Amino acid sequence: MTTLSSPPPGSTNRTSEPAPPTGRSRRRRGARAPARRRGNTGFVLACLLPALVLFAVFMIVPTLNVFRMSLYTWSGFSPDMRFVGLDNFSRLLDDQQFVRAFQNTVALLVVVTVVTMGMGLFLAAIMTRQRLRARNLYRFILYIPNVLSVVVIAAVFSAVYDQENGLLNGTLRLLSLDGLQQVWLGDQKIVVYSVATAMVWQSLGYYMVLYMASMSSIPEELYEASALDGASPTRQFFAITLPLIWQSLRTTLTFFIMSAVNLSFVLVRAMTGGGPDGSSDVLLNYMYKQAYTNSSYGYGMAIGVVIFAFSFLVSLLVSRATRREPLQF
Amino acid sequence: MTTINSSSRPRTGRVLTYALVVALALAIAVPVAWVLLASLKQKSEFFGSPWTLPKGLHFQNYVDAFVTAHMGQYFLTSVFVTVLGLVFVLAVSVPAAYVIARYEFRGRRVVETALLAGLFVNVNYIVVPIFLMLVDWDRALVDVFPGGFFIDNPSVLSLVYAATSIPFTIYLLTAYFRSIPVEYEEAAALDGASRFRIMTQVMLPMARPAVTTVILFNFLAYWNDFIIALTLLPGEGKTLQVGLLNLFTAQKAAADYGRLYAGMVIVIVPVLLVYAVIQRRLIEGMASGGVKG
Repeated sequence: MTTLSSPPPGSTNRTSEPAPPTGRSRRRRGARAPARRRGNTGFVLACLLPALVLFAVFMIVPTLNVFRMSLYTWSGFSPDMRFVGLDNFSRLLDDQQFVRAFQNTVALLVVVTVVTMGMGLFLAAIMTRQRLRARNLYRFILYIPNVLSVVVIAAVFSAVYDQENGLLNGTLRLLSLDGLQQVWLGDQKIVVYSVATAMVWQSLGYYMVLYMASMSSIPEELYEASALDGASPTRQFFAITLPLIWQSLRTTLTFFIMSAVNLSFVLVRAMTGGGPDGSSDVLLNYMYKQAYTNSSYGYGMAIGVVIFAFSFLVSLLVSRATRREPLQF
Repeated sequence: MTTINSSSRPRTGRVLTYALVVALALAIAVPVAWVLLASLKQKSEFFGSPWTLPKGLHFQNYVDAFVTAHMGQYFLTSVFVTVLGLVFVLAVSVPAAYVIARYEFRGRRVVETALLAGLFVNVNYIVVPIFLMLVDWDRALVDVFPGGFFIDNPSVLSLVYAATSIPFTIYLLTAYFRSIPVEYEEAAALDGASRFRIMTQVMLPMARPAVTTVILFNFLAYWNDFIIALTLLPGEGKTLQVGLLNLFTAQKAAADYGRLYAGMVIVIVPVLLVYAVIQRRLIEGMASGGVKG
């Protein structure tokens, strides 16, 4: 990172102000960035303070509060707030509903990540390598779900999954495949996968576009040379494309895990409310239930801490496991 | 376009991949188009095959959604909250990003690190403490505002939107400001421009691409948000997304879909229009690092 922090010249070098002890490093850089230190303080503060105050009040303080509140039992609106240490966390282990939510979150993460990234990569490769007709139209359509809100997606999918009048069962009837009809959101065994489908539907285009961007920077000569050597498109994909975009794949993978935890929550909340009978609860959903419905704010926040630690750990592990020597082209 | 070889195997492969792309595009376009069409159906038409076209243009659904289900009013709330949120976030982030990019000051590293860490704090985790904090503030001010001030206040919602997108916004703007050569500011300073003028009249216009990207992404985030709005506006005034969720619950229970589909169209169409107009920018912005989930 280069600092181009030289204030405009032409201002007089007023350094009459005694440098504070911590200002030593600043003085060292002062060779490149002289002048107007005194007047700048006011300007810098005026520019910085509003943003920092907002950031501190609505992000830092609440984040710290999540951790603090997880150590208490508290119903939220009564002053009765009791410190219980790590009790909330040990209670979690015996909470079947929590275990269920945890399993669902993991299942959704694995299924959705594998399918979305696999299909996203595949589509991106086709779209960049094979010069499809109307390529831009497909890109436009595939990206649409990404600009829709989660409530809309939940509503669309509820309409599609509707048992009697939904698009999916209706189509199956039309094709005389009545036997395949399902209660898509009401069956404990398949509800998680119904939600997973909606998640893939939502994020596929986004990842496709991301991968297209990094694939389009791979020089064409590599493909031409390998084609002369007789490499098939499939082989080119695994030997050239995949290794060369590996770094951006890693980044998106970490990012995907973080966002999938959140997306699953909002979708589940709007589509099934965690039902039937808690069978589609995910971690964040369960946290909300505990906090708002059950008024167990402390317990809910303990779940919040677990989610935070969980997604952080998974990202870290994934990032470790996928580390490769960066390739240059 | 390079034709690798003309044996039949790659050709069938190509047909297959082509078919797959078309199938996926249809899987996305069909449900959306279906909702658009269904919004014009009469109540009786929702039963039977979902593939039948509406018999006529039944606009009564829209009247019901806009008026009876208050979607018109929620629409205005959403516009207000989104616009004000954008104003807030730009007003505080542009100056902050500028001084972070250009000025050397004590604690800059700390500020930068904190903001970077803020990128990883998802709002879903912290809505509960934010809500409780605002309830507390309301309780403290009960003598001044007996009806409460912070909860159920669209402007406060905008402020929270702005606050939660500060890390992303500053991150993007700082990177862009750094890429602009310093010479422009030096020249302006020689001409006697004040620091404030340099920031607003030299740098800001030059950072327009970055500002546009930031506006786009934040617009989508604010407009589409539902968790914060659900929590902070528990009363009568709602945003479009929360209104749709309510409509969704109510109409499903009543098995009356027309109003619900019309409501969905009211939520979908503006954002689709914006997307159609700005899609190139949006996708470029995303590819150049404006990544946000």
